[in-house]
Amino acid sequence: MDAVALPKPKPIRMRGRSYVAFVFYPVVPIMDWLEEVDATLRQSPGFFAGKPVVLDLSAVDLSENAIAQLVANFEQRNLRILGIEGVDAARLSPSLPPLLNGGRHCVIAPNTPKKQEAKPKPASLLLDHQVRSGQSVVFPEGDITVVGSVSSGAELVAGGSIHVYGTLRGRAMAGINGNLSARIYCQKIEAELLAIDGYYRTAEEIDATLYSGPTQVWLQGDAVQITQLN
Amino acid sequence: MAKVLVVTSGKGGVGKTTTTAALGATLAQMGEKVVVVDFDVGLRNLDLVLGAERRVVFDFINVVQGIANLSQALIRDKRLENLWLLPASQTRDKDALTEEGVGKIIAELRTKFDWIICDSPAGIERGAMLAMRFADEAVVVTNPEVSSVRDSDRIIGMLDSKTVKAEKGEQVQKHLLITRFDTARAARGEMLSIEDVLDILATPLLGIIPESQDVLRASNVGAPVTLNDADCPPSRAYIDAARRLMGETVPMMVPTARKGLMDRLLGRRAA
Repeated sequence: MDAVALPKPKPIRMRGRSYVAFVFYPVVPIMDWLEEVDATLRQSPGFFAGKPVVLDLSAVDLSENAIAQLVANFEQRNLRILGIEGVDAARLSPSLPPLLNGGRHCVIAPNTPKKQEAKPKPASLLLDHQVRSGQSVVFPEGDITVVGSVSSGAELVAGGSIHVYGTLRGRAMAGINGNLSARIYCQKIEAELLAIDGYYRTAEEIDATLYSGPTQVWLQGDAVQITQLN
Repeated sequence: MAKVLVVTSGKGGVGKTTTTAALGATLAQMGEKVVVVDFDVGLRNLDLVLGAERRVVFDFINVVQGIANLSQALIRDKRLENLWLLPASQTRDKDALTEEGVGKIIAELRTKFDWIICDSPAGIERGAMLAMRFADEAVVVTNPEVSSVRDSDRIIGMLDSKTVKAEKGEQVQKHLLITRFDTARAARGEMLSIEDVLDILATPLLGIIPESQDVLRASNVGAPVTLNDADCPPSRAYIDAARRLMGETVPMMVPTARKGLMDRLLGRRAA
């Protein structure tokens, strides 16, 4: 045996975790009560599968044997008892589930499937009018499409790409949330500022030969590329 | 039904007051009952252009505050019995205007007049916002130069969002009036062309008013340019614009001075 003793054994890592347990309250007569349990199980078989089940015996006065019998009855129904509550510890033999206490009530949420999201949020914003000077359109969720021109002094800010079916004279900022593949398209370019994910070009840095033609703006590495669209 | 028309521009000095006076006078001459309302509180001018400055007793703010009633503040033009002026206060500033007060006065004017023409102050602050607030139609006055065009663009955006009509989901009907247009300079490329302006502003054209000394001459004698000389080029352009406002179809042209024989000879010689 290779005894490589560690100088300091690491403490065992433990974490607290809570589960919701189903608590049964047996009542006398026990046989009748077990039939009610059977009826419930028939209605929804498998409901308790894999879920912790606890017996609360505070409403009945059972001997050690009777408790063992009851636990066995549950096991026949494929319900394994995690613990027992409301009984004197002396009545539980070591083969029985342990005594539990300190449980708290909680509401069990009905297990209904979550409602389908009413409407998936649109990933693009359509503006079918001109965007005027001083107006700012911010749409971080996706693309902006403008059917009309974007005036000098106007501003478009999109999480996705920007499409302008008209002349882009204002500022266009695409891919603001780190979308490097966002692009800017326009029919005529006379823009004041073009930016994709923070990389920008001002009007002075736009090649004059591109002016007024259909153009796309995209990002290559960290350089803004402006090319003719044809 | 009464129409509230705002004459606005964003930029100062483009000819809002001249336009208000000229359109107001022309509409009045056409038989409409017209009131021109000066919204330029603190810097009023419309009373001067209409030659009514010596007859102002009460003003807009007095009516808002209940010091005077509307009929006391309205001034009837001496030349046109259908034209009235509601002057602005010269001693107050624009903060004296409240939306409630303006709304009340406009509503009262609607019951008395066919046209309520609001002369907006320059800028986009309170005075300008309240001038356009209750408008049904707007005349956007623009000079063919970039700064004026951009300011007008901003104003058009506000007409589409900040007016009562826009908030109800309706549209303020907008008209573009290009003023101080100089054909010769535009031809030399020293001014934006009409096509460029229309391309940027995308608003129907109401008229093109040529640059002219006649405008200055008229305001110096305290008369709307159309009353001072109905035959000069800017007057003819304003009369055409007013007819278009009334719904007539008038072919669009830039009026030029009718030259006499001597002018022609001199003009040739100079060229």
